[in-house]
Amino acid sequence: MKTALTATAKSPSFLTTNAVFIGRSLRHSLRNVESLMMAIMLPILLMLLFTYVFGGALDPTGNYVNYVVPGIILLCAGFGSSSTAVDVATDMTNGIIDRFRTMPIRAMSVITGHVVASLVRNVLATCIVISVALLVGFESSASFGGWLAALGVVVLFILTFTWLFASIGLVTGSPAAASGYGFILLFLPYLSSAFVPTNTMPSWMQGFANHQPITPVIETMRALLSGTPVGDSGWQALLWCCGILLLSLLWSAAAFRRKAGRR
Amino acid sequence: MTAFAIEVSGLHKSFGKTAVLKGLDLSVPAGAIFALLGPNGAGKTTLIHILSTLVAPDEGAARIAGHDVVRARNEVKRSISLTGQFAAVDEMLTGEENLRMMCRLSGLSGAESRVRSAELLRQFELEAAAGKRARTYSGGMRRRLDLAISLIASRPVLFLDEPTTGLDTISRRALWDMILRLKEHGITVFLTTQYLEEADELADRIAVINGGRIVAEGTAEELKARVGGEVIEFRDAADELLASIPTSGSAADVRKTLNEMAGLFPEGTRIGIRKPSMDDVFVALTGNYTNSADKKEAAIS
Ligand SMILES: Nc1ncnc2c1ncn2[C@@H]1O[C@H](COP(=O)(O)OP(=O)(O)O)[C@@H](O)[C@H]1O
Ligand SMILES: [Mg+2]
Repeated sequence: MKTALTATAKSPSFLTTNAVFIGRSLRHSLRNVESLMMAIMLPILLMLLFTYVFGGALDPTGNYVNYVVPGIILLCAGFGSSSTAVDVATDMTNGIIDRFRTMPIRAMSVITGHVVASLVRNVLATCIVISVALLVGFESSASFGGWLAALGVVVLFILTFTWLFASIGLVTGSPAAASGYGFILLFLPYLSSAFVPTNTMPSWMQGFANHQPITPVIETMRALLSGTPVGDSGWQALLWCCGILLLSLLWSAAAFRRKAGRR
Repeated sequence: MTAFAIEVSGLHKSFGKTAVLKGLDLSVPAGAIFALLGPNGAGKTTLIHILSTLVAPDEGAARIAGHDVVRARNEVKRSISLTGQFAAVDEMLTGEENLRMMCRLSGLSGAESRVRSAELLRQFELEAAAGKRARTYSGGMRRRLDLAISLIASRPVLFLDEPTTGLDTISRRALWDMILRLKEHGITVFLTTQYLEEADELADRIAVINGGRIVAEGTAEELKARVGGEVIEFRDAADELLASIPTSGSAADVRKTLNEMAGLFPEGTRIGIRKPSMDDVFVALTGNYTNSADKKEAAIS
């Protein structure tokens, strides 16, 4: 019998570790049939609902579709990102996280995997929204550069909110709680300029609606897609997103480390 | 090179006001199967979490293969693999995908991962279920997959936290065989259990944990010898156990015990004399009758 006390195993590279975890989360996304159906159906249903049901009342000239597209893109992206909270919380309550932690790898990459998968899912959902929008009469006078910039804003928005939801998933104890907290955040788009201009709201609400992160992002997207000047909302949107993203990154890293001593 | 795979001295750990470990000392020789035996809540999982770098101790030191679990976490992680109390498999992936993912995370290439996964699926009799999602696995299959994952990289020290809790007798036997086979690879196995029988069956050395300390340590034979002598069992006509009384084993002591018991038992009571079992050891060491009875119930359910 040989008795070995020296470890011979090698560790995977940083890139391999991330690639493995991204692959894992993408597989999860594809196999979670209910979530996948929801991610595809929601953009279509919302687009049709806002154009044909509410659209006529909100803007009798039939132009509402052009107003509402950025709002629906963000609503879907926000909804899509929120499932990251549940995915992360599920991992944290399963023994598998302990195994990852006791391996000589950067265990935090398991969260990166969920974030990248969310990014992929939500960019796809955004493409669905835009396709349906074009089918129901959305007209954009944006240049190719405008489209690219708008896509950039959406990606930044998804990234920001996915990391935020990942942090929520890390600090809440259970998938159910994570889902509950995530739900609250999903009301933000309704209290922004996503569906109606903020100057139609009561004045006390305007204060909130004009100064919350969703409004500048919506205004930036709207300007980019309609080819009008972006103005101040551009840097406000960037500042909000980068600020929340940075805080979420720090928060999730701290939460991940703290959880180590708790289970 | 140290001859001990695991060395623990003066380990303390509290969660808030509850002190779980109160100065625990332990050494596990390299290549041994070592069982930590203790009732539910004794602190077995806490100790494994400290030894596998998941939780930091409040006081004291622990070394795995000579590496300190606090100061040399990365070296420790390279020396261990952990099969936790709750199966750590990815429910959404198939058995084979679980293994391949873990192979890649253990530094194997894609091609190597395929070969190693196939090997392990065969070794742990999971070939038929390889393409099924882990969420459809039975408790025993899940445990086997879990153990297979722990053996991907040849780490010198393997932790198994209550590997057979919740399994039926047949699955438990199968898992025992697989654990015993690990000895051929020279791996040090540190397992925890609530079952005396399991410790007796698998382990070269057994430590009993109670009240946050190790109250006894040695081979199963040594522990049984600590209780000493012979146990007299009284059984009724239906072979139902009425009492078991430890004696020193001397003729005088046996006679004295029989005299003391005269008239206490019904007509037709028979006696038998046997060596102490791990059950007797446990009761003697922890003064804890209810726990061993609980364990039997837990083992049946
Ligand atoms: N994270 C924790 N926070 C608070 N108490 C804990 C924590 N982990 C374990 N405990 C307590 O420590 C004691 C020992 O637990 P554990 O190590 O899981 O025992 P065992 O594995 O032997 O059943 C129990 O009383 C348990 O409630
Ligand atoms: Mg335990």
